[in-house]
Amino acid sequence: MTLTEKILARASGKTRVAAGDNVWVNVDVLMTHDVCGPGTIGVFKREFGKAAKVWDPKRVVIIPDHYIFTADSMSNRNVDILREFVKEQGLPYFYDVIDDPDGHWQFDVSKGQTQKQYGSKYTGVCHTTLPWKGHTRPGEILFGTDSHTCMAGAFNQFATGIGNTDAGFILGTGKLLIKVPESMRFFMEGAMQPGVMAKDVILHVIGDIGFDGATYRAMQWEGPGVYGMNMDDRMTIANMAIEAGGKNAMFPCDQKTIDYVNERTAENGTKSEFEPVELDGDQKFIYDKVFDLSKLEPTVACHPDPGQRKLAKEMSNVSLDRAYIGSCTGGKTSDFLAFAQVVKGKTVKIDTFGVPATTKVVQELKDTQWDGQSVWSILESAGVRMTENASCAACLGGPVDTFGRLNTPMKCISATNRNFPGRMGNKESQVFLASPYTVAASALTGKVTDPREFIS
Amino acid sequence: MSHTLTSPVYVCADNIDTDQIIPAQYLTLVPTIPEEYEKLGSYALIGLPDDLYPTRFVPEGGLKTPYKIVIAGRNFGCGSSREHAPIALGAAGVEAVVADSFARIFFRNCVATGELYPYDANERLCDVIKTGDIATLDFDADTLTVHGKTYSLKPLGEVRPVIDAGGIFNYARNTGMIAAKA
Ligand code: SF4
Repeated sequence: MTLTEKILARASGKTRVAAGDNVWVNVDVLMTHDVCGPGTIGVFKREFGKAAKVWDPKRVVIIPDHYIFTADSMSNRNVDILREFVKEQGLPYFYDVIDDPDGHWQFDVSKGQTQKQYGSKYTGVCHTTLPWKGHTRPGEILFGTDSHTCMAGAFNQFATGIGNTDAGFILGTGKLLIKVPESMRFFMEGAMQPGVMAKDVILHVIGDIGFDGATYRAMQWEGPGVYGMNMDDRMTIANMAIEAGGKNAMFPCDQKTIDYVNERTAENGTKSEFEPVELDGDQKFIYDKVFDLSKLEPTVACHPDPGQRKLAKEMSNVSLDRAYIGSCTGGKTSDFLAFAQVVKGKTVKIDTFGVPATTKVVQELKDTQWDGQSVWSILESAGVRMTENASCAACLGGPVDTFGRLNTPMKCISATNRNFPGRMGNKESQVFLASPYTVAASALTGKVTDPREFIS
Repeated sequence: MSHTLTSPVYVCADNIDTDQIIPAQYLTLVPTIPEEYEKLGSYALIGLPDDLYPTRFVPEGGLKTPYKIVIAGRNFGCGSSREHAPIALGAAGVEAVVADSFARIFFRNCVATGELYPYDANERLCDVIKTGDIATLDFDADTLTVHGKTYSLKPLGEVRPVIDAGGIFNYARNTGMIAAKA
C-alpha cells in the first residue's frame, strides 16, 4: 500500500484498502477558522440540535486567521461566533485574537494596520499554527475547512480540505466517508542549488503535471532529495498539492519529522503518542517520476493560474507594481530570512508588503540579529512595509481595508500559493507566484528577476 | 424533483475557480443564516472578468439568476474549499453544472450540501453552446438537449441518491448511518 492507503486503512479499521474504495475514517483532528467556522457550527446545530455536543473537544482546533485585522463588522462578528461556540462547548484549543473569553473583537482602525493588535493567545495562519502548537502528528487524519490543510502532509499524515457540511458532520460524529485516492509518486534526487527554494520545486512540478494534474490524487514525495529538506521546505511543497488539484500530499517520516513533532507536542502539552506509516515495497502508483533537484532553477507561475510555469530568468521584461511576502506557504520565518538575505542593505523599488504567517514568526524576526540589527529592522530599512498583525491578509484579497490587498488593477509578485483572477483583490490584477528569494530580487528591481543575480 | 429541467444556460470556460464563483470579500456571509444565504446567491459568479463575460449571471440588483444550468470547461470549482461556492450557485437558483471536469472539493461540496448536480460531460460543450441557449437536462436519461441536439452526460452514479436526498445528512439518516433527527 502507499502511505496514504496505509493511513486510511488504519483509520477505517481495515487491514487493506485500495484506491477507489469508499471508507469511513475516524478523525484525529478537525480544524476550522473564521471564514468557514461559523457556517460549520451552523450546520452542526441545524443537524444535531441546539444542545448538541461535539464528539471530542480535544480534537477540535479553532484558529481565527483570515479576516481579522479589518473594520468589516461581519468579519469581526464571525470571530465572536467562534468564541461563543468555544465557550459553550468547552473547547481547549482556540487561538483567539483577544484574551477576554467574554469579550467582543473589534479592530481599532486608529492604530493602523502595522501595529500589533492581538492578545496573548493569538497565533495567526491556521496551517502554520497547527504544527507550531503541536497538532500535527505522523500517521494521523486531519481534516480542515480550508483547501491548504494538505500542508500537514509534510508530517506523514493524511490531511485534506473539506467544506462546512462535511465538517459539521465530523463535529457531530468524529467520522467521515471518503474515497481512497490514487497516489502519484514524485521521487526527488540531488539537492537544490543556491538561489533555489522548495517553492521552486513545487512550482516546477505543478507546471509539469498541469494545475489539474493531480485532481483527486495523493501526491507522495520520496527520495534522497526529500530527506535533505527541512520541515519548512516540506510544508511549502505539501501546501501546494491543492494547486495541482491534489487531495493530499504525503511525505515519509524521518528523524527530522519525529524531532520536530516531539518538540512541539512537549512544548504545548498536546498528545505526544503517534505511529508513523513506513514505506512499503508493494506500492501502486498511477504516475511515477524522478526529478533532479540540482537541475531546477528559480521558477514563476504566471497569471492566471499556478500551472503557468516560466523560469524567472526568462521574464526580465515583465515590470511589476507590487511585491508581497506572506501566507502559510511563504510567510514562515525561513521564508523571511531568505527574503532578508537578498534585500539586506538595499532598497526596494516597488511597494513591498510583508505579512508574517504567525505571531511567532514576528517574534523570531525581531529576535534574530544580523550584524547587530534585527531582521525585522533590516526588512523595514529596505523599505518593506512589515505588519505585526500576522494573518492571511491579502493572500486571498479579503475585505477592502485588508493590508496589502490589490485594490486596483496591478501586477504583483507574491510568495503566496494561488493566483487565479481576483485572488488578491482586484479581478483585473495579475499575480505572479514565486519563491521568497525571487520575490525579494524582483522587489529590488521592479521587474521579475532571477535571484541568483543577488546571491553569491 | 422533476426529472427534466428546461432553462437558459450560462456558459463559462476552463478553470473557473472559487474566487470567481464567489470572491473572498463575500465570505463573511454565513451560509446557514437564511438572509445571508440569499445574499450569497446574489453574488454568484460575480468574480468573472467583465471583458470575457459581458452578460451578468445574476442581473444587477437581483437575488436570482435566470440560468438554472451552468455549462463549463475543465476543472470547474478549483481553488479553495469554500462551500460558499456551490451554495452561492444553489442560492442563485442553479440546479446543475455540466462541465468537462470538476475540482475535487467543489464536487464533494455539491454532493455534501445537495445544492446542485455536478455532471461530467462526455464532450466539450462550452465551445458549442452559448449563454442564453435553451437546454433541457434529463436527469434519468443523463442527457442535455440543446437546439434539437442531444448530448450524453456521464451518469452521476453513487452520488446521485445523496444529492436527491438533499445532501449527506439526509442521506445518512435515510440509510441509517446516523440516527434520525430528534
Ligand atoms: S495564508 Fe492564504 S492560502 Fe494560507 S490559509 Fe490563509 S488565505 Fe489560505
